[in-house]
Amino acid sequence: MNVAAEAVAEQSASRPASGQDAVVHARGLTKRYKNAVALDGTDLEIGRGRIVGLIGPNGAGKTTALKAILGLTDFEGELSVLGMDPRRERPLLMREVCFIADVATLPRWIRVQEAIDFVAGVHPRFDRAKCERFLSRTKLQPNQKVREMSKGMIVQLHLAIVMAIDARLLVLDEPTLGLDILYRKQFYQSLLEDYFDEDKTILITTHQVEEVEHILTDLLFIRDGKIALSATMEEMGARFAEVLVNADKVEAARALKPVDERAAVFGKSIFLYDSADPEQLAQLGEVKRPSVSDLFVAIMKGTYA
Amino acid sequence: MNAIMKSPFAWLLKREYWEARRGFFWAQVWTAVVLLAITVLSIITLEVFRSRLGMHINVGANGTDMNALLNNALSHNMSLVVRGLDASMLSFATLGGVVMTFVVFFYFLGALYDDRRDRSILFWKSLPVSDTATVGSKVLSGALVAPLITVGVVLAAFVCNQVIYSLWFAAHGLNPFTLIWAHIEPFEVWLHMLAMVPLYLFWALPTVGWLLFWSAAVRSKPFLWAVVIPIAAGALNSWIALLGIPHIKVGFFWSQLVARSLLSVVPAGWVTVMNPGNLSDAPETIRHFGSYAQMAHVFATPEMWIGAIVGIALIAAATWFRRWRDEV
Repeated sequence: MNVAAEAVAEQSASRPASGQDAVVHARGLTKRYKNAVALDGTDLEIGRGRIVGLIGPNGAGKTTALKAILGLTDFEGELSVLGMDPRRERPLLMREVCFIADVATLPRWIRVQEAIDFVAGVHPRFDRAKCERFLSRTKLQPNQKVREMSKGMIVQLHLAIVMAIDARLLVLDEPTLGLDILYRKQFYQSLLEDYFDEDKTILITTHQVEEVEHILTDLLFIRDGKIALSATMEEMGARFAEVLVNADKVEAARALKPVDERAAVFGKSIFLYDSADPEQLAQLGEVKRPSVSDLFVAIMKGTYA
Repeated sequence: MNAIMKSPFAWLLKREYWEARRGFFWAQVWTAVVLLAITVLSIITLEVFRSRLGMHINVGANGTDMNALLNNALSHNMSLVVRGLDASMLSFATLGGVVMTFVVFFYFLGALYDDRRDRSILFWKSLPVSDTATVGSKVLSGALVAPLITVGVVLAAFVCNQVIYSLWFAAHGLNPFTLIWAHIEPFEVWLHMLAMVPLYLFWALPTVGWLLFWSAAVRSKPFLWAVVIPIAAGALNSWIALLGIPHIKVGFFWSQLVARSLLSVVPAGWVTVMNPGNLSDAPETIRHFGSYAQMAHVFATPEMWIGAIVGIALIAAATWFRRWRDEV
């Protein structure tokens, strides 16, 4: 782990836990595969009514963490999801938890009508009328089979089903991978408009950080099976700042111990600061809030080195 | 009843049927349609040849009533009609059984594998359904629903067949009611077929468990694992026997281990443990092996129960894999 990440991790570890009503509460979550450690004593705390982005490079343990939360894999350590143990109480837990684990995982043989009938039959919290209302906004036909749909349409169907389930935690693992931009925008827009409220929690992993940035309330950076950063977006804005510095002030900027430095156009440099004094920064140049992806790149530096 | 049909488990069974209806239902229907078409075509062939030869069996020759003549002849040997009906019933049942064997075998081989391959398991697992219920619904679909559908379609096809014959007989002035429909015995065979369904469920368990186990356990190619392992083991054992090294009795190995793990889904496969009785007389054999007494006897054999227990253990293992396998 590089210095920047370490510093960040130290600070996030000091954040107080949100207590009993946590949707997800994990302590020392560990999962070892034959020749790799996917989760290395991970601590997690996700509160109610949040939209959390779980962001990390490939192989950082994102999917394993989600699988543990969804009770799809065994693990060591302590984990409670909505007060339940996902290992032992999975069927009960899945009444309250929903997930879209990947794009286009609906069975290819099923028809729209059959999918709705089936979910209505097995899920006590599914609202058929709601689902049909969502579907009426799409071009999907009741008799259409999944194998006859485009990837975007499959996601529309899946999302319509999931949004009609009154779950308390929704987990999305790369839900828009490979979709065109129209479907991707529509996907997150629908979630915000028709689904999310203060009693629901959404946990998202994605590589397309820019797309979810504006809807997230919380950020979790994961690296090498550990949480490298855990912060709300407000904390992020207060803590991190990006300054565009002219060549003549570079030495002064370095003296303020930036967590990252990268070159910009016209000989300028961009410096990223964690918890620096805003007044001092303002003297160096133009200050702005870093994007999640820039912050991510800075903190994950050296991951693939 | 309504409450049962609306229970989550009933929906699991419905889902299995939706996915497998081509094999469970349509394969049976098309088999029956082909057999019925053969019946119709043979009747047409017969009629064409008859008219070319200028024969008229429906009009009594020299004023003799053909109907009465035939009735008279048959009343002396009714078993001839019964045998004919038995034979046509048997041809429907046999072909339906062969088709069902293939359908059920591959159904179980893919039951816990296909949705892992196309990752739709992630959708099924996002619903509040236990893995025990999922696997249970698959066991019942293949070993109970599929045979029931087969019996139903075979019965319907048989009735259609008799209707075709009746029309043909009637067209020639023969009374189909006394000649065909008055013979209750073939209809009784239906009840026996229905009674065989629960027997089938229990007898098939070792193969059901064996196929489900590999379907749930392997990363790819469940067919190879499920089929090659028992056959290779059987061959190895035979080879060891040939060398004179201590081995498991060759006949036992093939019939009790290899055949039971792969072929127990063959309908009426339990004839091997039946009392031989009087098997020489062909039509009697059919009645003999379909008799309730023989079915009850099968339930009393150790082959039945040891096989069932092994099958249930394998199903439990398959359920464990379904729960904890997490390569997707």
